[in-house]
Amino acid sequence: MQHKRMTSQNQGRLTIIPSLQLPPPKNHCKQLIHTASISKELTNPTLSLPLMKKIRNFCIIAHIDHGKSTLADRLLEHTKTISEREMMAQVLDDMDLEREKGITIKSHAIQMNYVHNGEQYTFNLIDTPGHVDFSYEVSRALAACEGALLLVDATQGIQAQTISNLYLAIENDLEIIPVINKIDMDGAMIAEVKDQVMDLIGCKEEEILLASARNGIGIEEILTAIVERIPAPKGNPEAPLQALIFDSMFNSFRGIIAYFRVFNGSIKKGDTIRFISTDAEYEADEVGILKLGLQPANEVKTGDVGYIITGIKNAKEVKVGDTITLSGNPGEPIKGFEEVKPMVFAGIYPVSTDDFAELRECMDKLQLNDASLTYEIETSQALGFGFRCGFLGLLHMEIIQERLEREFNQTVITTVPNVSFHAYTTKGEKLIVNNPAEMPDTTKLDHIDEPYIKAQVISLPEYIGNIMTLCLGKRGILINQSYLTTTRVELIFEMPLTEIVFDFYDKLKSQTRGYASFDYSPIGYREADIVKMDILLNSEKVDALSALIHRSRSQDFGRKLCEKLKELLPRQQFQIAIQAAIGAKIIARETISAFRKDVTAKCYGGDISRKRKLLEKQKEGKKRMRQIGNVEVPQEAFLAVLKLD
Amino acid sequence: MAGIYIHIPFCRKACHYCNFHFSVSQKLLPQMINAIAHEIILRHEYLKEKIETIYFGGGTPSLLQPDDINLLMDKMFSIFDVEPDAEITLEANPDDITAHKLLAWKSAGINRLSIGTQSFLEADLQWMNRAHNAQQAYESLKLAMQNGFTNISTDFIYGTPDLTNEQWLQNLETAQELNIPHLSCYALTVEPNTALKKMIDLQKKKDVDAEKQSIQFELLMQWAANKGYEHYEISNFAKPGFKSRHNSSYWQGKHYLGLGPSAHSFNGNTRQWNISNNALYIESINKNIVPFEKEELSSTQKINEYLMTALRTNEGIVLPHLELLSDKEITAGIIKDAQRFIRQHLLERKNDALILTSKGKLFADGIAAGLFR
Ligand SMILES: Nc1nc2c(ncn2[C@@H]2O[C@H](COP(=O)(O)OP(=O)(O)OP(=O)(O)O)[C@@H](O)[C@H]2O)c(=O)[nH]1
Ligand code: SF4
Ligand SMILES: [Mg+2]
Repeated sequence: MQHKRMTSQNQGRLTIIPSLQLPPPKNHCKQLIHTASISKELTNPTLSLPLMKKIRNFCIIAHIDHGKSTLADRLLEHTKTISEREMMAQVLDDMDLEREKGITIKSHAIQMNYVHNGEQYTFNLIDTPGHVDFSYEVSRALAACEGALLLVDATQGIQAQTISNLYLAIENDLEIIPVINKIDMDGAMIAEVKDQVMDLIGCKEEEILLASARNGIGIEEILTAIVERIPAPKGNPEAPLQALIFDSMFNSFRGIIAYFRVFNGSIKKGDTIRFISTDAEYEADEVGILKLGLQPANEVKTGDVGYIITGIKNAKEVKVGDTITLSGNPGEPIKGFEEVKPMVFAGIYPVSTDDFAELRECMDKLQLNDASLTYEIETSQALGFGFRCGFLGLLHMEIIQERLEREFNQTVITTVPNVSFHAYTTKGEKLIVNNPAEMPDTTKLDHIDEPYIKAQVISLPEYIGNIMTLCLGKRGILINQSYLTTTRVELIFEMPLTEIVFDFYDKLKSQTRGYASFDYSPIGYREADIVKMDILLNSEKVDALSALIHRSRSQDFGRKLCEKLKELLPRQQFQIAIQAAIGAKIIARETISAFRKDVTAKCYGGDISRKRKLLEKQKEGKKRMRQIGNVEVPQEAFLAVLKLD
Repeated sequence: MAGIYIHIPFCRKACHYCNFHFSVSQKLLPQMINAIAHEIILRHEYLKEKIETIYFGGGTPSLLQPDDINLLMDKMFSIFDVEPDAEITLEANPDDITAHKLLAWKSAGINRLSIGTQSFLEADLQWMNRAHNAQQAYESLKLAMQNGFTNISTDFIYGTPDLTNEQWLQNLETAQELNIPHLSCYALTVEPNTALKKMIDLQKKKDVDAEKQSIQFELLMQWAANKGYEHYEISNFAKPGFKSRHNSSYWQGKHYLGLGPSAHSFNGNTRQWNISNNALYIESINKNIVPFEKEELSSTQKINEYLMTALRTNEGIVLPHLELLSDKEITAGIIKDAQRFIRQHLLERKNDALILTSKGKLFADGIAAGLFR
């Protein structure tokens, strides 16, 4: 899993580090001045060593919004990688959605050239996302690097993903350069944040760089530190090719574009290459390096980062984490990545049943650009054919839905999200239940286990009370409470995953006025009293609205959900009864009275436009409606559970 | 064939429900007449067709002096090619109607009156904040008939909170007894930014009851059928030979030129509307610039407008015409979407047309939106 803390193996390796200043788990620091042996082993330094010595592969990691992409802008500007004309804020965030939301969703690699002491260096930079849903993007980027810039916002200090991303970097043996960013801001607490950083990673004060990515302060120092502190890649140019695919993209004209890091050997245009895990062989139609766009080259050498196009259009043949080697002279596979495990599941259905085939094509294509999306076909009585999809979190789910709509022009309905339950039948079988419809009948059920997580909340001491109330109310158990500094407290809870999936983060933010950050990692399954709650519209069960929920919550949940649905379902020409039921027992009900007319008075003085626009808007709303029995259900209604107070 | 609409943006009193463009101050009236007369010249090229209908609307065109009407009529007749039997309508409020004015209108060439009666009930008229009283409502119609106007329409508003079903039917009866051949009946709609809306929000007035409105609409439909008024458009009812040709042109997609502030024009491909501000309108026209906003219609928008307007008429959506506007595939899609409404008995297929049923007429907007492309 991505969110995991240090493994025991890592902790073992790290015991060599002298400066242990805090009790576990915050003492996983690492020497900053890099010494010799690391795991990416040096075998045989040869000819092109001087070149390789001038490569620096690094990524920028941080908590969300601490300024990674803005710092990347400054580095690109300073090294003249991007012309003034091309420059814009967070230039690497090139997806529409990224620009609109102001967050990075996908890692982005780009190469720069930097002259230091008269020598030209090649930097391969990877900007990573900070949101907890996308930490798998971070872990892949890390595998291609020798170093990481760890950014900390001077006004916010260490936050939950500062810590989790730091641990990921340490697991990957990366050299860490801590940078305190946003020092230009009024609220910058430089001295305090320095203390936090020293505590966290066990470095010396002078090793911490100060910067303002917005105002371009400290950029030269960062570039120098990259040259001086991050080790050059090690590898054998003469050895058989071993290139790790750390990311891939789909381009409808060119097929799949795989991004790789060469660990040994080199890859040339025209080479016959082999993907080790699939054993498939292809010709390298094009290889090259990553600038703002793709820049073809004849060869990508040991230690460098590049891309390859082979004309493959089928996603399954190019796996992120796979190793590329040469057909004639194959090397060994490099350890790839753990498969991303989805955290939440929900159905995605076309609004019109006729569009299933088209949606399926779009899902296939979208998956090429987002390997973390998993899906399989399912059917719903209410919605017909669709997909049960696995997402990394709710933001991920929202993004997938938006991408389907914008990039693929699909109008879809997303059903109530749920976590993955384990159901044990009286016959002793174990079933994995990702969809309420798959839950066996209670008579056949022995017990149900639900996934638990360890949640880490970092906040200010004055909010401890609120956080406790919130987490305990969500069936959390407090495991540990500790002060990171006098003004920052860390609370660790064990909680059911299902409780944090929905509105936990929003509630946490509002309970702490935004002064809390949160990270989590799965800790296995525990038995729980889970029931299936169904929603009936005019006595017809709507399977897409069923939810699996803890019994203690069901009454309240059923009532609130019925109220919410009453708000969201448009009045129709007949009365609509909304009922929540567990088995045959109705636990809540609401009615929506029929509406009797909707015709507006007149088209005045030829003002046809106004009325047409009004109706067009109404139509837009209807586009997302699904007819269930005789009731029209708008798209938002399926996600009503996310909006319960 | 085309029409001209002239917007006279002045009223004596602001009716509480009204969201049309008008001003209660009549300070700018003289300048306005000159400006509109000038706009006629500025826009002489807008319509190439013969003019079949002219409509003085508002606001309150009956506020105008007969000379003003003559001036505007002369300008239009000199610039445009107006058919000899053109329908020329003037909207008139009961409080403006005198024998003298009626004769003057007649001689100016007005041959149809649309009278803003709204109700014959005193309480109702006060509730609406109309400028006239119940007696004027009744007398004005009588006077108009006596002074040689036969082609008369009266406007009614139903569904006001205190209007009973019996009172509503009584209003209709009275109009029929007066031999009024055309009725425009609107359910009271609470529009945003109106005094009515504000008063309802502040709970100073009762909100409208949609249930009651729909009952009164059904009563209206039954009554009209019994009395021989053809329900030829959602809000319009006419004795044979008395349909409004001007209003029908809006539904039939005919071209029209709109003059005066806030007036809308349509030339088949674009819709445009003049600025809704009297002072700015006059200022701009005096500089020889017509101040308007414009919208180019896409083919989808044209289809949608046809669906929306045609559905409101008793001819319904004529499929061969729809196919001409769109294509086979789009038409088939619309027919398919219509099935749902046909199953719910809101719509019927009659020969080559999709026509609202009586019940469907209550849901015309939702059905139109449901058929939109
Ligand atoms: N004042 C100030 N604002 C900054 C600085 N660096 C970044 N910002 C602002 O902080 C916000 C977030 O910056 P980003 O660069 O998008 O942050 P990020 O870390 O890439 O965010 P994610 O990719 O979503 O995790 C933006 O509004 C930036 O303009 C800085 O040095 N000073
Ligand atoms: S008279 Fe007509 S335009 Fe004037 S305020 Fe009343 S309803 Fe509106
Ligand atoms: Mg970013």
